[in-house]
Amino acid sequence: MGGKLTIEQLQLKANDMRQDVIHMLSAAGSGHTAGSLGMADILATLYFDILNIDPKNPDWADRDIFFLSNGHTVPIQYAAMAEAGFFDKNELLTLRKFGSRLQGHPERIKLPGLENTSGPLGSGLSQASGYAYSLQYLDNCKHRFVYTIMGDGELDEGNVWEAAMFAGKYKLSQLIAFVDRNNIQIDGNTEDVMPLGDLCGKWRSFGWHVIEIDGNNIKSIIDAVKLAKAITNRPTIIIANTIPGKGVDFMEYDYKWHGVAPNNDQSKIALEELSKEVELKDKSS
Amino acid sequence: MNQYIINPNIFDTDVELDTIRSGFGRGLKKAGELDNKVVALSADLTDSTQVGLFRDAFPNRFIQVGIAEQNLVTVASGLASAGKIPFASSYAAFSPGRNWEQIKTTIALNEQPVKIVASHAGLGVGPDGATHQMLEDIAMMRVMPNMIVIAPGDSIEAEKATLAIAKNNKPSYLRLAREKTPIISTNESPFEIGKAYILREGYDVSLMGTGTMTYQLLVAANILSNHGINAEVVHVPTIKPIDGDIILTSARRTGRVVTAEEAQIAGGFGGAVAEILSEKLPTPLLRIGVHDRYGESGQPSELIEHFGLTGEHIARKVEDFVRNTSQYHREY
Repeated sequence: MGGKLTIEQLQLKANDMRQDVIHMLSAAGSGHTAGSLGMADILATLYFDILNIDPKNPDWADRDIFFLSNGHTVPIQYAAMAEAGFFDKNELLTLRKFGSRLQGHPERIKLPGLENTSGPLGSGLSQASGYAYSLQYLDNCKHRFVYTIMGDGELDEGNVWEAAMFAGKYKLSQLIAFVDRNNIQIDGNTEDVMPLGDLCGKWRSFGWHVIEIDGNNIKSIIDAVKLAKAITNRPTIIIANTIPGKGVDFMEYDYKWHGVAPNNDQSKIALEELSKEVELKDKSS
Repeated sequence: MNQYIINPNIFDTDVELDTIRSGFGRGLKKAGELDNKVVALSADLTDSTQVGLFRDAFPNRFIQVGIAEQNLVTVASGLASAGKIPFASSYAAFSPGRNWEQIKTTIALNEQPVKIVASHAGLGVGPDGATHQMLEDIAMMRVMPNMIVIAPGDSIEAEKATLAIAKNNKPSYLRLAREKTPIISTNESPFEIGKAYILREGYDVSLMGTGTMTYQLLVAANILSNHGINAEVVHVPTIKPIDGDIILTSARRTGRVVTAEEAQIAGGFGGAVAEILSEKLPTPLLRIGVHDRYGESGQPSELIEHFGLTGEHIARKVEDFVRNTSQYHREY
């Protein structure tokens, strides 16, 4: 996709996408705020730096593949897709509305550029593994990569660990998975609801290369993916520690923002805060 | 109407027997020869699901996922998005028994042409008992939008059905049985997804069967003819999309319908026929199958007997049904 953006430009993209998400969720009156904001830096980096994709030709045969597994965070993917030019930004405000292509949870058939249909948790890693298996063993295609993002709460699902074993067994080196490690899920903090414990150790023992990063640091995300691509004998999982609600002070770290949308007043405050971040950047540059 | 040629030896004591699943195994290998996009996945049941033939012929296109049915179908979904035609095989009790939501979300709603092949459906698993006797799968799969549902009547038809779903580019469910059952068709008999076939014409009652039950209906029709009842036998291998035209044509001719399946009648094949008849042509209906209960251990033949699914049992029930519904008989 064209010339690469600088780290700073990517940060601004992530900020734009966060603002998009606030607008979208506020207009929709429902949706998942915390995870969408927390994952903005990863999605911005994927869509504007990492993924080899063509927004004007979403089915391009030589593209990289991205499966969003925690489908409830799709507002941030829609924002990234609109910013990247898959569709007009105005359409973002149709999110969750009747007749919209932007369903509450992503549906591949509805919107070109989506690679899968998700919402019920735990299946994205398997689908990514199936695709990566095809590239590695059936298509002899070494230059394409398959990415997926799972939530940390999602790791409660058994299906995830079935896939973890599968990808480990077949050493699916073109598979690069992210865990959005924001420590929250609907009922509370992940370690209270169902402790994940030594997450890095768990994945390592399943045969994965494990990288732990600050998932709100774009340089770290880029570096982690570069490293993942260089690991050619096993799949890589990037445990991305993120701040849920990142960028909006009153939402950060609060699990109550997992599944609710801001009202008008809250949106206003959130958007002011996010715009300030841009001003600060402009001044420093 | 397609001319359906019944196996001429069907009522001989030494009628050829074969397992419906082995027809699938042969069909899968042929499908693999015809199209290198065909891949097969197994969840630790490769030989009993008859995927071994394919594995030996195309080891590079065979994928072992271990005892993980949720992963079985979701990996298959990923392979389909990469342009493959995946056949994901297990026992019906586990797939779709264990992984219905994954099938719905990642295959049916996602419109990926994965083939869910469920061996060992019905009571025929015998001694394994109720946990392994999948009787609910017809209902749960036919209620799923975008899903094709097929229960072949013998191994020859299973082979044809396998080749057909390899080419249909749609999510598809293939229901197979473990036990050897009589060959009812011939290589020349037609098979087309969505078509039902009249195997025997009659005018007193329409006996409609799917899967292993069609043979029992043919036996029942023979017995009934000795008792002065001329039964029509309709074989309905595709449960979804169901061939409403043939069902209505036959119901119109006879005025009475009996359905038979080795499954729960609630929501199953009998349910599908009931929906059509009650909306389009209200007709007295008798549904034969399993009535809201689980199976149990025993030899398959004992169980079929116990649940009243042999030709003899069916003939008796149909005789009563015909007698009790004499006022409904349509003269044509």
